[in-house]
Amino acid sequence: MNDDSVTLDSADAPVMGIDETIIKIDDLSFSYDLGKTNTLRNISLDIPAGKVTAFIGPSGCGKSTLLRCLNRMNDLVDTAKVTTGKISILDQDINAPDVEAIELRKHVGMVFQKYNPFPKSIYENVAYGLRVQGIKNKGVLDEAVEESLKKSALWSEVKDRLDSSALGLSGGQQQRLCIARTIAVKPQIVLMDEPCSALDPIATARIEELIAELRQEFTIVIVTHNMQQATRVSDRTAFFYLGELIEYADTAKIFGNPSKKQTEDYVSGRFG
Amino acid sequence: MLEESKNPFVASSNRQKIIDRVWSVIFAGFTYFVLACALFIFGKITYDGAPVLFQAEAPFINFDFLFTSPQTLVEFRDGAGELVRMDASDFRSFKEENPDAVIRDEHTFSYSGGGILGPLVGTALLVIVCMIVSLFIGVSAAVYLNEYAHHGKLVGAIRLAIMNLAGVPSIVYGLFGFAFFCLAPWFPVLTYEVNPETSVFAFKVPMSKGFLSFEGWGNSLIAGGLTLAVMALPVIIAACEESLKAVPKGFREASLALGATKWQMIRTAVLPYATPGMLTASVLGVTRVAGETAPIMFTAAVADKAKLPWQEAEGSPLFWFSDLLTQSVQALPYHIYTVSARIPDADAVRDMRYGSVFVFLLLVMGFAMISIVMRARFRSKLKW
Repeated sequence: MNDDSVTLDSADAPVMGIDETIIKIDDLSFSYDLGKTNTLRNISLDIPAGKVTAFIGPSGCGKSTLLRCLNRMNDLVDTAKVTTGKISILDQDINAPDVEAIELRKHVGMVFQKYNPFPKSIYENVAYGLRVQGIKNKGVLDEAVEESLKKSALWSEVKDRLDSSALGLSGGQQQRLCIARTIAVKPQIVLMDEPCSALDPIATARIEELIAELRQEFTIVIVTHNMQQATRVSDRTAFFYLGELIEYADTAKIFGNPSKKQTEDYVSGRFG
Repeated sequence: MLEESKNPFVASSNRQKIIDRVWSVIFAGFTYFVLACALFIFGKITYDGAPVLFQAEAPFINFDFLFTSPQTLVEFRDGAGELVRMDASDFRSFKEENPDAVIRDEHTFSYSGGGILGPLVGTALLVIVCMIVSLFIGVSAAVYLNEYAHHGKLVGAIRLAIMNLAGVPSIVYGLFGFAFFCLAPWFPVLTYEVNPETSVFAFKVPMSKGFLSFEGWGNSLIAGGLTLAVMALPVIIAACEESLKAVPKGFREASLALGATKWQMIRTAVLPYATPGMLTASVLGVTRVAGETAPIMFTAAVADKAKLPWQEAEGSPLFWFSDLLTQSVQALPYHIYTVSARIPDADAVRDMRYGSVFVFLLLVMGFAMISIVMRARFRSKLKW
């Protein structure tokens, strides 16, 4: 598995012009019950900077859990624990004792499955991350809000009603607002946990377009149930099954010519 | 068979039908019995109490009843044998003005004349103290339990303790408050005259004529308010926890994922959406304990007090405030207890009894109503 990823990475490098691993996961095992049972087992993979990496697999395979390890959202669970291995982001072990999860999350943003804007105005939603960092300057905030909304392809739809409640937007708009809110903090990495699963096909298509835009600027890791979506948006795909990484390669290879039988069965729809 | 009865759906047994009917009547009967009891209580109190508060001519409300304090009622027969009732103060001036008036069969009834201003004010002050203290402690405890505490045995034990607190009889709270807040000398007061019997330690406050004396609070507004607060806490903590749990987990996650600290998250993404629920639930909780007599019997309430608490308090602002908090107060539930249980039964006392109970009922129902309406409002406004 590791060999596979190494060769493919170097093969990709000239095309993309970037050959930098931004997230390095090394032999990671993770448990939700203080190590009694491992939800993730011995996972190693390197996520390249400036690309879209998709995590696919049947429900309960651990793909969301792994995603939530990357910005330490699992800290919210009292009994969660990394049992072996480590995750390095920008060459720093993120579970090291001197790493503050709050600082990590400013670099590693997250968009959730169920769009969850705060019941505040559109403006305040986007400005939230900057406000908690202590930015009060109205000019700075205005600029950041406009820039983020433009990048999330929402500006033209909401620019005249920035002060109205975010809950008045449609589901797809709310999810794009959540993306705007995330990128306003200027993270290097954006994690997306099934961002389209609560949306209709048209709203989904717009989010996918947006992902294609955002990949210029951010490294994106996306968890998806939808295999077509993975083929449409991602450069690299990792297939998980029962807490293990089965195969990790270029998206075209995973869907066209997978090297593992399980991967082939899954992507061809025989299970999962 | 089919030929005998053409209708295939006819009842097979009459007996089953009757048993079914009997049970439904029994269940309905008990249900309506409860309704009848409630209606009887409200009806009786309204029938006898409303005439005391309301009157036929403008302004339709008997403000004398609301805005004078209780005093002794005098009942006598005049020269013509007519039964006359008047407040003690009126009776004195009546005698001065008519020294020759015939007064026979004179009876006095304590606290049964005048109005209920003193008890109303006392209850209001007790509720304010109780509300401030119980909200502050209750919200803090709920935030800690729901947001910070790790789910372990200790937190389970704390929850259990809080639930058990809700089952403690009110008289026990009263006695606890009496021992803890009134008698124990660890609570200080600012006073101009140190009580030599109870004070264990006192020192002069610089730049004033008074002392800070550790002598306990005695029978006082603050002791009663705190006792009520302790009693309201279990309900308020539970209600606040419910309100916090109702805030979607997504808000917390989104906030943390944007780099907020835990306290920033609680302050900006949890409390604003939980506050309406916490407030309304707390109003309900406080309303419930405001009607209790036992907790304030030993800790705060007196039957008779000449002036209102703030009229009796004195000194410079700080000392005045300390004096106000350590004043004993009249209170509506205790007043009702006094005129009902400690005054001989007589027609003359009737108006005061029913009038007080009626006003009290209106107050409590009004508060409950306000909090219910508030909650409904907030719920429809904050939908996610």
